[in-house]
Amino acid sequence: MLRKTLAFATAASAVLSGAGIMLSAGPAMAQNEQFIPRLVYRTGAYAPNGIPFANGAADYITMLNERDGGINGIKLVMEECETGYATDKGVECYERLKGKGPTGAAYFSPLSTGITFALTEKAPGDKIPLLTTGYGRSESRNGAVFAWNFIAVGSYWTAADIAIQHIAKELGGFDKLKGKKISLVYHDSPYGKEPIAALEVRAKLNGFNFKAIPVTHPGVEQKSQWLAIRQDRPDYVLLWGWGVMNSTSIKEAAAVAYPRDKIIGVWWSGAEPDVIPAGDQAKGYKALMLQHGAGQFAVHADIEKNVYAKGQGVGKDTFGQVLYNRGLIDSLIGTEAIRTAQAKFGKKPLTGEEVRWGFENLNLTAARIKELGFEGMLAPIKFSCEDHQGADQGRVHQWDGKEWKIISDFYTADRKILDPMVAEYSAKYAAEKKITPRDCSKEK
Amino acid sequence: MVVLGQFLEVLIGGLLAGVLYSLVALGFVLIFKASGVFNFAQGAMVLLAGLALVRSLDFMVARGIPTWAAIVLALLFAAVVMAITAALIQKLVLGPLVNQSDLSLFMATIGITFVLEGAGQMIFGSDVYPLSLFPTDAWFILDGLFEGGLLVNKLDVWGGLIAGALVAVLAIFFQRTKTGRALRAVADDHAAAESVGIPITWIWFVVWLVAGLVALTAATVWGTKLGVQFSIVFLALKALPVLIIGGFTSVPGAIVGGLIVGAGEKIAEVYLGQQIGGGIEYWFAYVLALAVLLVRPQGLFGERIIERI
Repeated sequence: MLRKTLAFATAASAVLSGAGIMLSAGPAMAQNEQFIPRLVYRTGAYAPNGIPFANGAADYITMLNERDGGINGIKLVMEECETGYATDKGVECYERLKGKGPTGAAYFSPLSTGITFALTEKAPGDKIPLLTTGYGRSESRNGAVFAWNFIAVGSYWTAADIAIQHIAKELGGFDKLKGKKISLVYHDSPYGKEPIAALEVRAKLNGFNFKAIPVTHPGVEQKSQWLAIRQDRPDYVLLWGWGVMNSTSIKEAAAVAYPRDKIIGVWWSGAEPDVIPAGDQAKGYKALMLQHGAGQFAVHADIEKNVYAKGQGVGKDTFGQVLYNRGLIDSLIGTEAIRTAQAKFGKKPLTGEEVRWGFENLNLTAARIKELGFEGMLAPIKFSCEDHQGADQGRVHQWDGKEWKIISDFYTADRKILDPMVAEYSAKYAAEKKITPRDCSKEK
Repeated sequence: MVVLGQFLEVLIGGLLAGVLYSLVALGFVLIFKASGVFNFAQGAMVLLAGLALVRSLDFMVARGIPTWAAIVLALLFAAVVMAITAALIQKLVLGPLVNQSDLSLFMATIGITFVLEGAGQMIFGSDVYPLSLFPTDAWFILDGLFEGGLLVNKLDVWGGLIAGALVAVLAIFFQRTKTGRALRAVADDHAAAESVGIPITWIWFVVWLVAGLVALTAATVWGTKLGVQFSIVFLALKALPVLIIGGFTSVPGAIVGGLIVGAGEKIAEVYLGQQIGGGIEYWFAYVLALAVLLVRPQGLFGERIIERI
């Protein structure tokens, strides 16, 4: 009987852990602490990409606590919740963590377009900002409609536009795009579908033939897609994958002898876990940079000194990798929003609503970026009531078999093309959800 | 000629991809044949075997052990890990559940799945670990007949050869050995087999061990294809329609089912998917499986079970 009970208990506990239900009580909170929840995925199919991002984000917050005692004396307390990149678990984590700390969650960074879509419905009611650095709904740039979303640094429409600009440059001008074939191999999810609208607009404008080829989650089997590409022979392939899909795409491209230097991945398809599993077959593969790439900068030295020297870091194995650095930037933007908000509301733990004001008034100038140790990683970012993206730039890097090499200058996405799309899609969203857009001119 | 060449390329690619699904499906068949249980944990067993293999291989290569010796030792280590896993599953989960309903045993394998996934990643890590046991480039055959030749991936061919060898070994094991025959007796009725002196606990250990070794074999091929990583567990979902079509109790059925699923889904994706927006291959395999279920519920090669009431 005891053995049967034990067997049941083992199975039950395993199912619970598999479901990502966290039973820990979390950190105890004092009244002068600011709570920052962290939705992460350190297990599951997307863990190889989720781990370095989570490490970077956590190490930066730890560094602020160790070096500066938090932000203006307010200690930052964070708690991770495992989502496994699943939308339902992400929402569950959000519900569990949104009220924690003396003032509730400062902001959420979901690291999943699917979770972002779900939380976009909830955040306005809870008055908690969503920081989606380089992902999420592209039209959420429009702060008048998406008051609580901050799609910092770049959207997928920005990425699509920059990718086409790079192809045009390689071909020798936008006029050379006419008649060319460009295919998009995409993760069949809200994330993967995001660039299609922008690429269709560009295809019409520049006269290239565009084809979208979906790959079903998680992307372990792509033979038919790449055989179709072998038959169709597009001039370029854009890759919008995540996790195992990226390295599988590169391997399948090699198997059908599609040149790797004609594939350009989005910035979520351009990190070390995407190319290392493909070995030599990944040589020459290119990807967009969300401004930054891999490498170590002044902020890394600060983290070495204040975090790792004290044995507190979590990401030594991933230190300086592309996604680790993106995690740093994510936490940089979030914490600087808190700092900006403190200047208005006082040096105390802030509510999500107050932190949202901080985001909207965040102005990371070149001088400030240098001061924070991010010079060389980031160009200036400035949010406003109307503009919740704050930047439009990106670069391209190429995998040489050992490391990423930057091969382009900064491109700036063409807002003459993208702004009307943002206006159109956000207006549609506002009508659908019965949202009255804010009048930003009255909030200045 | 171009159209025929393209069709043949998709067909060959699909058939070979299907054999790779069969490698995973074989593990399900073994356990179902021996215990009547659908082993939900087979995908997790492939992951665990792959992690044990690649992590020990990396460990030994980093310490200067010659690659060939490291591969042999890593395979042995992974086999030992699968043997220990089989023993623990038998002792802690299946043993206490002897003579319980098949549904209870099935639920237990769901528990085993999560334990193996979690423990595997906790012990060996949750990164992507590259594995290069087989060549992954392609041949381009019949270049004279078809422009650009017909593409045949070398890894897929290796997978086919390994699956063929595995089927031969398993057929001999089930038909010609005493343990194999005892396995079949246990599958028919646990209690009756036990009453005639067949040691059921030993038999279940053996079958989980063999399924573990089949998982290790699948991991060598799929690990080379994808890198060893968590996503390998999703292969279980690819194996399910293979089993429905081939039959849960037939080793050759797993191969034939794999061929049908592989060829069917690739042809559907390339020729039908393009017309309706793509992304259909994942569920198209289940359409095929449903069609077979309607006509022949036990699968093409499954045993028809007639029970007297």
